[in-house]
Amino acid sequence: MANFGYSLTKSSRIDLNNRNIEKWNRLVELEPDVLKCMACGSCTASCTAGKFTKTSLRSAILYLQNGQEKEALEYIQSCLLCGKCFMVCPRAINTRHLLLSISKIYSNR
Amino acid sequence: MRERIIGGYDHFVLPFMIGMIFILVYLLIAMIKVIMSLPASDRKKLALSLINPKIMYKNIRDIICDCLLHIKIFKRNLLLGYMHASIAFGWFMIIVIGHIEVMLFVPQRNGSLYYPLFYRFFVAEQNQTLKGAVFFFLMDFFLLVILSGIGLAMYKRIRSRALGMRRTTKPCFADRVALYCLWSIFPLRLLAEGFTAGISGGSFLTKPTNMLFASFLGNDMNIMPTWWAYSTVLGIFFLALPFSRYMHIPTEAFYIFLRNAGLKIHHPRKGVAEAEIYSCSSCGICLDACPMNVQKKNLPYSSVYFIRFQRRNNKKKINEIADKCLMCGKCVALCPVGVDSCGLKQAQRAVVNNTLPYDYKFLGTAGHTAAAPQNDDNGILYFAGCMTHLTPAIIKSMTKIFEAAGEKYLFADKDGGVCCGRPLMLAGKTEAAKEVIAKNTQNIMESGCKTVVLSCPICLKVLKEEYNLKGITLLHHTQYINNLIQQKRLVLNKSEESFVFHDPCELGRGCNIYNEPRNVLQSIGQLKKAGKEKKESICCGGSLGSLTLNYNDRVKITQESLNILTYNNPDKIVTACPLCLKTFSDQSARPVVDIAQTVAENICNGCIKQ
Repeated sequence: MANFGYSLTKSSRIDLNNRNIEKWNRLVELEPDVLKCMACGSCTASCTAGKFTKTSLRSAILYLQNGQEKEALEYIQSCLLCGKCFMVCPRAINTRHLLLSISKIYSNR
Repeated sequence: MRERIIGGYDHFVLPFMIGMIFILVYLLIAMIKVIMSLPASDRKKLALSLINPKIMYKNIRDIICDCLLHIKIFKRNLLLGYMHASIAFGWFMIIVIGHIEVMLFVPQRNGSLYYPLFYRFFVAEQNQTLKGAVFFFLMDFFLLVILSGIGLAMYKRIRSRALGMRRTTKPCFADRVALYCLWSIFPLRLLAEGFTAGISGGSFLTKPTNMLFASFLGNDMNIMPTWWAYSTVLGIFFLALPFSRYMHIPTEAFYIFLRNAGLKIHHPRKGVAEAEIYSCSSCGICLDACPMNVQKKNLPYSSVYFIRFQRRNNKKKINEIADKCLMCGKCVALCPVGVDSCGLKQAQRAVVNNTLPYDYKFLGTAGHTAAAPQNDDNGILYFAGCMTHLTPAIIKSMTKIFEAAGEKYLFADKDGGVCCGRPLMLAGKTEAAKEVIAKNTQNIMESGCKTVVLSCPICLKVLKEEYNLKGITLLHHTQYINNLIQQKRLVLNKSEESFVFHDPCELGRGCNIYNEPRNVLQSIGQLKKAGKEKKESICCGGSLGSLTLNYNDRVKITQESLNILTYNNPDKIVTACPLCLKTFSDQSARPVVDIAQTVAENICNGCIKQ
């Protein structure tokens, strides 16, 4: 493609039709705590891996709800499962199991 | 001393022989299967251990103490210990003495499988001879010992609390068959020998039995039916053995050889794991041990049922239980057989979770953020750990202690470092953990420090077990502070304040550190005892081990643990793990502090200079 010195940015449109309800329901079944999240961001703030990468459970949950599964996985792939998010979560979400369950259901193994 | 039956055979031995041959062939095949499924290096290790006199001595000692005398159960409860030991040791002695009798009196029958067992039927003896009387007496004595044990076992079915067990395992069908056979083997033996005692002779137990029955049954027609019954019950017991919990009798001895050779679980169902699974006696000691069982609904998640489902290969149940376990290790510490059920569960998790994708490329750039390494040989590296960063009071206190002792130290993860890898191991992501471990090892080695002080027992355990840190001493801060006090580099004010110490799972059962924190606390104030402590301490409920246990269930465990800790009404609860500290602090009415905090508060600043 010719270089015009500028380019079009990728669309940031969120298509909720992409959301896989079946997978989401399976996730809710495995770890019902996912529904408790109020996106406060305590998990992200305390994250060990978050110091080096963009790891964020809060973002991952939001992206999953928006049907952006690939992006969601990028936000948790560097997780070290250290459990700090579980300790700080004001909603007492079982974060480690949630993280494992997301990986199990959404990643192509 | 003469053989009563010419040819030394009667049809009634057939049921016994069928069972015996079946079990011998079964055991041989099973043993070969287990050995073949071991990795080659493990097989070599096992072979070498068999020619090592030190390990052989340990094997023999363990078999006598664990399999026959059940010393571990004796230590828990005398009656329960006697019940197990009387049956195991008594039966063993009856078999041994039977063989000795055959060897001494009818050497031509040596090698016959049934002769030692049915000796009284085949050989008539005079108890007037000294030899005969001694053996008669010994046989009757051990039979009496076993019968008393069987009596206790029956009583335990009705009232298990009398033998120190709140809960017992629910037996499955094969267990019941084997159990009732086991119960009837010895009373039937008494009857059979009793009826025969008129012809073959007997001692203090069999003679009176004979006389008693002779008074109203009056003839020898009962001899054959009772011997048939005795032989049949033995046969059924052996046929049911591989499918019942009594498979632990032969497997336990075999497992002791594997354990003492230092073999580790490499697969959740094969090799060592298989031997462990069949060594489980379903005794149910783990039911009372498990902290989750403070709620009755969690009983089905106990180790004993995990192993039962392992035997049945019920994948769904196995995974469910494996994911729920807190991995506190109490069931392993109390298990009379030494089955490492936590190791089995961890291996099972690895089967499921090891293939989950991960991306740890960032580890390459994550280094120590601390100052330039000191090349001081005695330099100390302080590794706080993730959890300790959530409880900064511990870090502050440790800084104060280092300063008071005049210690030069390097703070490895001052601005937050990489996780130690233990949580990944616990979740079964062992491959991922290896990357983290490699990175941390590199960081620790590069620092040039020869001692690592850690504040988190979770990190300490993995550093001890999985890291390759040659020449580096690993200390938990309780050990480090204890050393400082002993070297008089740290002097503390003693007050009237009373403490209770909570043994964190990973520090106590995990790293075997029980006395150091108690020594430290005794030099600050009064140490009170908890309801259950040391090996029996109860998990705080915050454990990273459990994957699926939710918050509400964890709160129940925390409250139970707190109730047991405050049994003697201490002023403060002291612990040595940031995770326990955080979990308890949320629930406890009493102040909960880390041991470093109490020490830092009570440092006597002027004392050292004086």
